[in-house]
Amino acid sequence: MMRFIPVRETILGSAILVLLLLVASRFAGFVAPSNLANVFNDTAPLIILALGQMVVILTRCIDLSVAANLALTGMAVAMINVAMPGLPIPVIIAIAIFLGAVMGTINGILVWKLAIPPIVVTLGTMTIFRGIIFLISDGKWVNSHEMSPAFTDFPRMVLLGLPVLSWAAIITIILFGIMMARTGFGRSIFAVGGNPHAAVYTGIDVGKTQFWAFVVSGALAGLTGYLWVSRFAVAYVDIAGGFELEVVAACVIGGISIAGGIGSVGGAVLGAIFLGVVKNALPVVNISPFWQLAISGSAILIAVAFNARAGRNKGRIILKEAEGAQ
Amino acid sequence: MTHPAPTSPDVTPVVSMDMITKTFPGVKALDEVKLDLYPGQVTALVGENGAGKSTTVKILTGIYKTDGGTIRIDGQPVSFTTPNDAANAGITAIHQETVLFDELSVAENIYIGHAPKMRFGLIDKAEMHRAASELLTEIGAPFSSHTQLRDLGIANKHLVAIARALSVDARVVIMDEPTAALSHKEIEELYELVETLKSQGKAILFISHKFDEIFRIADRYTVFRDGAFVGDGLIADIDEDELVKLMVGRSVDQIFPDRAKDIGAEVLKVVGYEHPTEFANINFTLNKGEILGFYGLVGAGRSEFMQALFGITKPSKGVCRINGDIKVVRSPADAVSNGIVYVPEDRGKQGAVIGLPIFQNITLPSLGRTSRRGFLKLAEEFKLAREYSERLDLRAASLDQDVGNLSGGNQQKVVIAKWLATQPQVIILDEPTKGIDIGSKAAVHEFMAELAAQGLSVIMVSSEIPEVIGMSDRVIVMRDGRIAAELSGDEITPETLVRHAAGITSSAEGKVA
Repeated sequence: MMRFIPVRETILGSAILVLLLLVASRFAGFVAPSNLANVFNDTAPLIILALGQMVVILTRCIDLSVAANLALTGMAVAMINVAMPGLPIPVIIAIAIFLGAVMGTINGILVWKLAIPPIVVTLGTMTIFRGIIFLISDGKWVNSHEMSPAFTDFPRMVLLGLPVLSWAAIITIILFGIMMARTGFGRSIFAVGGNPHAAVYTGIDVGKTQFWAFVVSGALAGLTGYLWVSRFAVAYVDIAGGFELEVVAACVIGGISIAGGIGSVGGAVLGAIFLGVVKNALPVVNISPFWQLAISGSAILIAVAFNARAGRNKGRIILKEAEGAQ
Repeated sequence: MTHPAPTSPDVTPVVSMDMITKTFPGVKALDEVKLDLYPGQVTALVGENGAGKSTTVKILTGIYKTDGGTIRIDGQPVSFTTPNDAANAGITAIHQETVLFDELSVAENIYIGHAPKMRFGLIDKAEMHRAASELLTEIGAPFSSHTQLRDLGIANKHLVAIARALSVDARVVIMDEPTAALSHKEIEELYELVETLKSQGKAILFISHKFDEIFRIADRYTVFRDGAFVGDGLIADIDEDELVKLMVGRSVDQIFPDRAKDIGAEVLKVVGYEHPTEFANINFTLNKGEILGFYGLVGAGRSEFMQALFGITKPSKGVCRINGDIKVVRSPADAVSNGIVYVPEDRGKQGAVIGLPIFQNITLPSLGRTSRRGFLKLAEEFKLAREYSERLDLRAASLDQDVGNLSGGNQQKVVIAKWLATQPQVIILDEPTKGIDIGSKAAVHEFMAELAAQGLSVIMVSSEIPEVIGMSDRVIVMRDGRIAAELSGDEITPETLVRHAAGITSSAEGKVA
């Protein structure tokens, strides 16, 4: 639709292509379809989480607890699997999504009903969730030999040439595309972030919309929790430590305005893929991990500067209007 | 082109702007304008929206740089590169929304940036409070220098801003619509203060849309139109009609539209609305095709009641009947679905959602009607948006254009289209013409009359007496959170409105509730 392929997404897409060409010039194998599919598969968790985060950021909030939510859900489903190896995988996935959504609900209620700033709420719950993992696991690891084969094999299972993990990301992208463009909830999210005051007078409950954004983000974190733990076949307190910042970075690079109201599914996905390509390509061409971090960091700053400039141009026009309206 | 000197100024201007030009990308905001400010005199800067008044203020206070022309202070050309330069030259501005610091004390607000210092550059608090108290006494402020700014009302914040202006030994005080948010009594106090400033020899630039106050306190006028200088002179030499003509470049004789009053059956009946702290015992009815004015002083509880009626704040008691059926309005969504819409006073709140395209802004409150089984039908949305944007003559290249790229006037049309698309029965307009120029006001009034003619019931909250008298079929006057009077027909006169709003009970006209 109209907000699916605008300028910002085109620029980001071109940046990814340029990056791929640069890497290909030194190591042609990187751009082989099978390897690109691997890179996409590796980036799938980031894509899923970035979409959840996008919804939250669009409503002028932020969810720093996604990685902790992921780790806690992952540990919980791993322990359930150890206790009940016969439990079917769809049930495990349902539990993971449910647990994640419950954690999102906690964030959402604190933001909605107690009006605590989201950054404070999720900083708090992030720490609490990590603490709970330690409590339920006694700090011990759940290792691959303890998990059932069905549990660990599921994300690797190949359907129509792609692993289930990749399909999970693709289905999430499609569902979010529909949700943002074609449902009242999606529209409310943009309205709440774009002009919360106007949204109230339009009959949109700002707090409730933010609440649901957190629930959505939490549910996706829960889903990713299972996918992550089963893919790496290990669960412990610190998995995905600091990953929440990578998720926020993907959104920012993807042009999701941290001030809310501006952003797109395409942008969030491309932001995540950009980080995924950087992470996977640099080791291949023998660039040290330090440069990886530096490049990711620079990409964030460039993206923000670019968006700020776009915003400033708009600001000038508004000033002119303000001049007119005095 | 040079401008002729105004008739025999007996003193030289403190500030003299000559041939000032300021260009923004695509727009010439000021085109070789001139403006002179004289010591001990109030100069009113008059012009419609977009005339360049705010740009002038920003140039005088060093926020914008000029693209051409000279500013002279006491005859010496100066150039301001930062706001500090302007402050050092003795120019200070009191803005529409006062720019002060809520978490600091009054004295700190007055002296921020130029506090008296003692050894090692530390702030001399005792001296600061002493000097601040002196200034506050001078201007008759009813609060101490230790008061936290956030505890003061808007009128008192203005006093702090004025004290600050005096503390920097300002020679030029710019007042940009200082009375916009003040009640009648507070405005009177402000006028006294202006007199005090005049007697101290300050030059005052007074920007206002209210003609009564321009003629009340200004000594001189300067008129801009569309960024160009039109004329200046002494207020004593001009009358309202001539000034309006200069301003708009045409004569405005009939401001309010004639309407064929076709008032139908009762649409809304409000019984016993009460709120613990804001209002009590609100009862009234509203009929089809009627414009019901709500008049009162600022703080009489009108907006607070309207917000309760719209479901934003909850009344502790009260019933509202729509077409005879009792309806519970717990949230704005309830109100919209019951056919009540509210266009609030604050422009930012009325505003469009920047970032959403035009058609999505228009359909935002009507998504229930444009979706099937929870999914939005874009074709339906476009149809609805097209219908209402055509009705309002919206000028846009395409309906999926971002609202942010529209002009202010067209954005306003999008907002109105949004509300009309909900097919409301009752539309509440809170101060619909506050702070806009005469030409735009007439357009809003025209539009309001058209809505009523189409059978909509309009509630108009307004503090402007001419508007209340010119537009309303009936008027409810509120005072201290209660209905003071309900007036209709010939009872609606400036005198009765003011008397009921201010609580003057002698020789009551109209039904006193």
